[in-house]
Amino acid sequence: MATGSMTAWQLLALQPPGWGGALLTGAATTVAISLSAYWIGLGIGLLGALGKLSGSRVVGLLLNLYTSVIRAVPELILIVGLYYAGTDGLNRLLMALGLPPVEVNGFVAAVAVLGFVQGAYMTEVLRGAILSIPVGQIEAARSFGMSPMLLFRRVTLPAMLPNALPGMANLWMSVTKDSALVAVVGYQELALTTRLAGANTKQYFLFFLAAAVLYLAITLLSNLVFNWLERRVRRGQKPMASGGGA
Amino acid sequence: MTFDWLQRYWPLLIDGGLQTIALLVISVSSGFVLAIGLAFAMVSGGPVLKGLARGYSTVFRGTPLLIQLWLFYYGIGSLLPLVPGLRQSFLWPLLREGFFFAALSFTLNYAAYEAEVLRGALLSVPRGELEAGQALGMNRFTLIRRVWLPRAIRTALPTIAGEVVLQLKATPLAFTVTVMDLYAVAYKIRQDTLLVYEPLIVVTLFYVALTALITRAFGIVEAQVPIRR
Repeated sequence: MATGSMTAWQLLALQPPGWGGALLTGAATTVAISLSAYWIGLGIGLLGALGKLSGSRVVGLLLNLYTSVIRAVPELILIVGLYYAGTDGLNRLLMALGLPPVEVNGFVAAVAVLGFVQGAYMTEVLRGAILSIPVGQIEAARSFGMSPMLLFRRVTLPAMLPNALPGMANLWMSVTKDSALVAVVGYQELALTTRLAGANTKQYFLFFLAAAVLYLAITLLSNLVFNWLERRVRRGQKPMASGGGA
Repeated sequence: MTFDWLQRYWPLLIDGGLQTIALLVISVSSGFVLAIGLAFAMVSGGPVLKGLARGYSTVFRGTPLLIQLWLFYYGIGSLLPLVPGLRQSFLWPLLREGFFFAALSFTLNYAAYEAEVLRGALLSVPRGELEAGQALGMNRFTLIRRVWLPRAIRTALPTIAGEVVLQLKATPLAFTVTVMDLYAVAYKIRQDTLLVYEPLIVVTLFYVALTALITRAFGIVEAQVPIRR
């Protein structure tokens, strides 16, 4: 390819000889993976936190095992290990049931693995936030005869959110960045697209710089969203003398 | 589960472990020095210095370490041969290695996170102690060396321990730039023996053990800190 003579702007153009369109698609995929994994992580985290606080010993032990193992092992190893173990396990299960093996969609596998990892961190964030609710508030709700669901929706959730949001924001930032690790198992999101663009044009520096700018844009935009959210969930509280996370 | 490959591969595993530890020690120690400078720039620098340090920390914390690593290895690595005379210089064997770029990007990344931790700790040192130092006639540098920095590091110790563990867990990324670290050895064993889980489990145990060791070491250091409880 005669890419040696192309200028930086031509290389980053949205139309095919340029790679700008591919990079933006990659960035969209990164956001989609991160968002889906984050929601799964939230679900697991909420169940995990409630499970840990339920007082059941078996559930508590199992959840402790889950959160401590996931948080002690490097993310890359988890992602690679779970990626193979997950697809492999699913196919063995299907074989045992007499069904043909399936090719697991890379997107689904990436989301499931990242969500599972996020869930462990989220469990701890939400557990801490729930624990910081004054116990009297929950007792008061119970004495009004609220059902557990109603109590959760009316008291636990709004009271814990201000405490949980900074941790949740950190986890969102880390999932957007950890999603780059699925490039290692060969799923084409922003990081891998960038590497391909670099390999095709030999303009590695330009493309990685462009990818860094895209990731930074995602981070900075998310910062704005989380700051707004935090102001919103704290709207009933007295203002505190602390700045939001940068 | 078979583990008989261990007797053939253990020398490689030890080499890999040493590479991982080398990456960790280099990035944490030099990153920490850099972080001290950055933190002081954020806390007491002029507007320009402050802006630069803030920008540095935002950029390095706002982009994935993998992208930073690849930017250095592929990006800067591909530009280096264009620098005249560099190919003939004594630095060239070092600049060709993935290890150099891994150590460099891990250092810069660690410094950005550590700088934020230290910034908070520096701000939490009571004003009175700094004023007491000034009243004793300490100059600015002595005050930093004897009062401000040691006090800040003590408050930050638990967070620093956490950051070091996070840094350890980031080191496997080096395998993507041809460093033969512990994870790369596991990857090689998988290719040679077609065993997927066993090498990963062995390597994982090593990371967990190292994490326990780091936590323990910091626990001992924290216990040395003379504070009244």
